[in-house]
Amino acid sequence: MTDRSKTPSISRRSLLKGAAGVAGLAGSGTLLSAPYVHAADPKVLRYLGTAVNEGDEISKKCLADTGIKIEYITATTDDVTKRVITQPNSFDVLDTEYFSLKKLVPSGNIFPLDARKIKEFDNITPVFTKGELPNGKKIGGQGTAPWKVLYLEGANSKTFSATPTEYVTLIPTVYNADTLGIRPDLIKRPISSWAELLNPEFKGKASILNIPSIGIMDAALVVEATGQYKYADKGNMTKAEIDLTMKVLTEAKKAGQFRAFWKDFNESVNLMASGETVIQSMWSPAVTKVRSMGIPCVFQPLKEGYRSWASGFCVSKAVGGSPKLDWAYEFVNWYLSGWAGAYLNRQGYYSAVLSTAKANMTEDEWGYWMEGKPAKNDIKAPDGTLMEKAGAVRDGGSYDDRMGGVVCWNAVMDENDYMVRKWNEFIAA
Amino acid sequence: MAVTIDNTPDTIAPAASGWRKIAVRSIAWLQAGPMTLVFALFFLLPLVLVVIVSIWDYNEYEMIPAFSFRGYTDTFEGCVANLPELCTILKTYLKTLKLCLLTWGLTLMIGFWVAYFLAFHVRSKTWQIVLSLLCTIPFWTSNVIRMIAWIPLLGRNGLVNQGLVGAGFINKPVEWLLFSEFSVVLALVHLFTFFMVVPIFNSMIRIDKRLIEAAYDAGASGWQTLVNIIIPLAKPGIVIGSIFVITIVMGDFVTIGVMGGQQIASAGKIIEARLSALQFPAAAANAVILLGITIVIISALTRIVDVRKEL
Repeated sequence: MTDRSKTPSISRRSLLKGAAGVAGLAGSGTLLSAPYVHAADPKVLRYLGTAVNEGDEISKKCLADTGIKIEYITATTDDVTKRVITQPNSFDVLDTEYFSLKKLVPSGNIFPLDARKIKEFDNITPVFTKGELPNGKKIGGQGTAPWKVLYLEGANSKTFSATPTEYVTLIPTVYNADTLGIRPDLIKRPISSWAELLNPEFKGKASILNIPSIGIMDAALVVEATGQYKYADKGNMTKAEIDLTMKVLTEAKKAGQFRAFWKDFNESVNLMASGETVIQSMWSPAVTKVRSMGIPCVFQPLKEGYRSWASGFCVSKAVGGSPKLDWAYEFVNWYLSGWAGAYLNRQGYYSAVLSTAKANMTEDEWGYWMEGKPAKNDIKAPDGTLMEKAGAVRDGGSYDDRMGGVVCWNAVMDENDYMVRKWNEFIAA
Repeated sequence: MAVTIDNTPDTIAPAASGWRKIAVRSIAWLQAGPMTLVFALFFLLPLVLVVIVSIWDYNEYEMIPAFSFRGYTDTFEGCVANLPELCTILKTYLKTLKLCLLTWGLTLMIGFWVAYFLAFHVRSKTWQIVLSLLCTIPFWTSNVIRMIAWIPLLGRNGLVNQGLVGAGFINKPVEWLLFSEFSVVLALVHLFTFFMVVPIFNSMIRIDKRLIEAAYDAGASGWQTLVNIIIPLAKPGIVIGSIFVITIVMGDFVTIGVMGGQQIASAGKIIEARLSALQFPAAAANAVILLGITIVIISALTRIVDVRKEL
């Protein structure tokens, strides 16, 4: 009797619980799936990269256009490389710079994409494919220039091909020409040479990027600008050249030239905005950020030219052969189809396919960012904040002037191991 | 359990008693088991791996499991050849030890008096807890935020410089307030005094108050009570706090990097630079060296006070 009376009550209670659970599930299910356009087939890609290209706007627009949900995994340049080498299964799409390919390709952890499946591949700017501007002008190729490492010999090859093949290491997306940022209000005279970075006039007010392979190239630009030495390839120095360059840097450090080295976008903005530094290597959007705070800052073109960088997409080897590969192609094709390109151009970067980006920008925007023309209207950031007032001209001018002035590319040297040891010596000096 | 064993007559079942002893012992092992397992899996095994990797070879992108002392020989490069000038690794360790010593001395001084105040002057337990929690505030922010936050205070145009210039103490802003050894030690002390306060407070709170009363009754001065009673009894806390601070500062590279403007060498930074360049065996070799040196310091400290005996 007792047993009987107990049983139904328990089952009733569990039934109630179950019903509540089901209701709860259903409720949360509708809540969760509401924002998705393609809820039935959630296509998720884990996107590993630096913060540079990882805009929320981009992932939102991508989801709306293609139904692919992008999950960003953000890391610093060094950590992205480390992650690809040590945890190749922890990401699907990789967004990285060309110079890291010298480490990534031999590891066999990335899967080259097929150029024939990229709709806009033939429209990619010749900066990547031939090392020249759309108008045919050749640009500097010292360091790890993208066209040196763009193609592989075969699908599973670990050798770069000098001639075009369909196996592309990184599908080009974004690139820029970097130079020194300066505070014209505090320097109060024209700056026109890389030599000024180590000019004792700016003692305690200069800074460089705290990435050894990039810091040493900035120093090499100074060495050449002061006429001390001419490098065969600033991006691939011999041991003797590394010694010479580090000696110059060490002397500057001992004399107190550098205020601090920066590694993070916000650090560079704060150093400059607070006046701790008045001259430092910088990124274009960081200069814009300082300026949007109402503080004068110029991305100063220099007569010796720019140090350039470029990045692109590939996928993890784990994605090759899985359905995710198709989504990755869909994502990359969407990325090059114009909206994202215009978004990047408006931040001061350059997009790999210029024609599609142009179609997504107003004539005024295109004129300001790409052609070096004075802005007719106020220039707004993607989030709507004012970046430049009408009449402003972009630092360094047009695309052709800026990219045409590139002399070297971010690089990994053959003597990288030696260079890192010398860098530690430099820090300890 | 023990009672049962004692009551078991030996004549009836000596074998059973043996089994029981084994059972008791195995229960002790079982109790220690989970901790041993966690310790072995997450501490000993990785440590052994680090030591093994430190004697491997490497190239641009991978470790090569072949015996090579390259990680070590490269680290000590120039230590003999460059004499009398110091080599990189010696310079780095001297700098690290200097920062460590300064931080240790300051955290000990500040930490001791904060703990003293909390233990002997704050009467209510609630207030003791509230005030100890206040010491954790420096941990609430990230390193990047912290660096950015120091600029308006210590920077060239920061509050301190403006104040000093305004008061007429200096003519133009001083530079050594930020991105210097001064700012590194300041930040380390700011962060890690807490690790001194807690163990010293813990030792002090357990000092029998009657001892202090007895000292007072016997006519000891405040200073004599401090030196002869409180400090000796707080020694375990002092040593434990010192171990915390020294091990953290020896391995620190983030705070030293951020506050030193990435221009001050530290043992941790050498490892970080190697890791960033994917030179894992070289990084592991440096980690083993750092571990060795830290163990020497810690064992010297525990020689002074036998922590286990005192606890």
